[in-house]
Amino acid sequence: MALLQVLDVTKRFGGLTAVNKMNFELKKGEIVSVIGPNGAGKTTFFNTLTGLYRPEEGKILFNGLSLIGLRPDQIAARGIARTFQNIRLFGNMTVIENVLVGMHIHLKQNMATAVLRIASFKKEEEQAEARAHELIKYVGLDGSLSNELAKNLPYGGQRRVEIARALAADPQLLLLDEPAAGMNPQETEDVTNLFRRIRDEKGITILLIEHDMRVVMKISERITVMDYGEKIAEGSPAQIRANQRVIEAYLGRGAVAGQHEEKVK
Amino acid sequence: MFSKEKFHDFLTKLNTGYTPYILTLAHILIGAIWVYSSPRSNVAFVVFISSLLTLYGLNTKNVFKLSTGLILALVVMPVLGVRNIFYLEIMFQISIFAALSLGLNIVIGFAGLLDLGYVAFYAVGAYLWGFFGSQQFFAIPYAPGVQPSNLPFLLPGDMFYLFIFIAIIVAALTGILLGLPVLRLRGDYLAIVTLGFGEVIRVLANNLDKPWNITNGPQGITPIQRPTMPQFIVDGFNTLFSGVIGHTVSTADVYNVFFYLLALLVIITIIQVVSRLNDSKIGRAWTAIREDETAAIAMGIPLVQMKLAAFAAGASFAGAMGVLMAASRTFVSPESFSFMQSIGVLTMVILGGTGSIPGVILGAATVTILNLQILQGFSLYLSQLRQSDAVIPIINFAWKNLSTQLDPAKYQRLLFGAILVLMMIFRPAGLIPAARRQRELADEKAE
Repeated sequence: MALLQVLDVTKRFGGLTAVNKMNFELKKGEIVSVIGPNGAGKTTFFNTLTGLYRPEEGKILFNGLSLIGLRPDQIAARGIARTFQNIRLFGNMTVIENVLVGMHIHLKQNMATAVLRIASFKKEEEQAEARAHELIKYVGLDGSLSNELAKNLPYGGQRRVEIARALAADPQLLLLDEPAAGMNPQETEDVTNLFRRIRDEKGITILLIEHDMRVVMKISERITVMDYGEKIAEGSPAQIRANQRVIEAYLGRGAVAGQHEEKVK
Repeated sequence: MFSKEKFHDFLTKLNTGYTPYILTLAHILIGAIWVYSSPRSNVAFVVFISSLLTLYGLNTKNVFKLSTGLILALVVMPVLGVRNIFYLEIMFQISIFAALSLGLNIVIGFAGLLDLGYVAFYAVGAYLWGFFGSQQFFAIPYAPGVQPSNLPFLLPGDMFYLFIFIAIIVAALTGILLGLPVLRLRGDYLAIVTLGFGEVIRVLANNLDKPWNITNGPQGITPIQRPTMPQFIVDGFNTLFSGVIGHTVSTADVYNVFFYLLALLVIITIIQVVSRLNDSKIGRAWTAIREDETAAIAMGIPLVQMKLAAFAAGASFAGAMGVLMAASRTFVSPESFSFMQSIGVLTMVILGGTGSIPGVILGAATVTILNLQILQGFSLYLSQLRQSDAVIPIINFAWKNLSTQLDPAKYQRLLFGAILVLMMIFRPAGLIPAARRQRELADEKAE
């Protein structure tokens, strides 16, 4: 059974249809990319999946259960974690606290146990701290940065903290919104490998939006292309690279026509 | 030559080894002896109180801080306070406002929700005991002012202790009730709605004298009972301390000591609760909401539930302190819960440092002392000058011609405003800015 099924999902903002009759399927353990020109509706699609937006039409099934109408925190508790296009860390918290926030849904403590500091609370905090620290190192950060305020980290570091925070929620599905944006080639290479490790070692399914085609082509098993809110193509990297509609969407019909004319000459 | 580095070295030296201990004790001793010898001096009291800051700030062992603090709070302060009951009153007020600030700090400092009607919860606590701890229940059929004076009391005074806990629950529920409809709002909108709510509670207290007289209207409810004070405690206090104090202490004065100690107990409990909550999943969720709501909810934090928890926790402290205030004053009236009070507590939080526990306590102490002592002391001094024949030399201005409008005690609002503006410009993070806890992590220890 598919991990995630999206059936005819439509999201409108007033007269603008940002996502139009989107159909999409994701199998467990896949790495799939969503690409498309700016304004194609990719991020809106992500926000619809994570419950930040409620779609006007269609169904979203995760593990066979509907996500429509659930609050974002409930969807997170079902096992979907995400990162954001513009990094959204809790800047004035330390790196490790950011990751601990990611564990929120799994911590059993409550107000009473926190105030009374009973043994199980202390043990849980200790374990959570140790695990957070491990995750920080797992995403390739220096462990000594744990006590640093998140806002003081360089850009690439912040991206990694965001990934660690998402991983802390122990998700089944990880949504990455332009995770390599603003990174230099070396950093891009590193995070690409990190994503593959996350999938291989932790068995987490990954869906990513990315503009950097080196990342997309290298890592994706399947690619979905969106334009004007619609899915215009889907397939393996090789298929997408050769797809006429995709090239048109990215370069414009004229460019494709020009290319064609050149060939004729 | 005198250089900045040398000065810095000098300061570091002052703060290492035995020196900080000596400095702290010296500060405390000077303050205590001064207050003891001239119990009317405002300056002496400020010097004495600021020794707590020295105790907190200088680099001494925690055991020393704790034990010295306990002796100061439990022995020195009551003794000095009984010699001038006004000091105990100030300490009581500081504790009350510190509790309010700590409560408001949860809402504003941790969760980032601007609440401008916070004293409403304080009013809920005060009126709760005001109603049940007085004759008001039997006065319901009578209009204010015409009730017979021989009405019985509804509950015995010792129910006061129970009502501290009831007030915590009732205030928390009020917080949730207010929170449910308004917490969908953000920022400025939330501030306006809470401001309105604060006014609603005050206006209710003002007008619920008809059709049934529940709050006795603007006249307020009095007398409100205090818990009973067994004679042996008064006697005991006298045998212990009357020698140092210099006179026998009356029951009324022991009540003052009692309320001071009770407020201290409540505030210590609150500090414990707040710091423990802050250092748990709940505190982290609050801060996460403050930092970025969208990211917080996407990480699985239930926004409404967590914001309600913040509102309820903050409100409950105010409720408890309301009961204490009603009993210590034996009087509640709507004017104690005006918008200015909310702003006053907000000023304390901002002055001390939003989100910082020691900060807001310092803020509460500073503003309270400014209000009750420094401004009023200054007023007193001016009025003395006015009554004298003194003249300002060069401009030849006679003090007695000074307008009574220029009374510093009337400039409380100006002061609040000035504090808020100056803090925002020069120290937006407050006197003692909030700091995140630094964790000791396994592999760093090994290295």
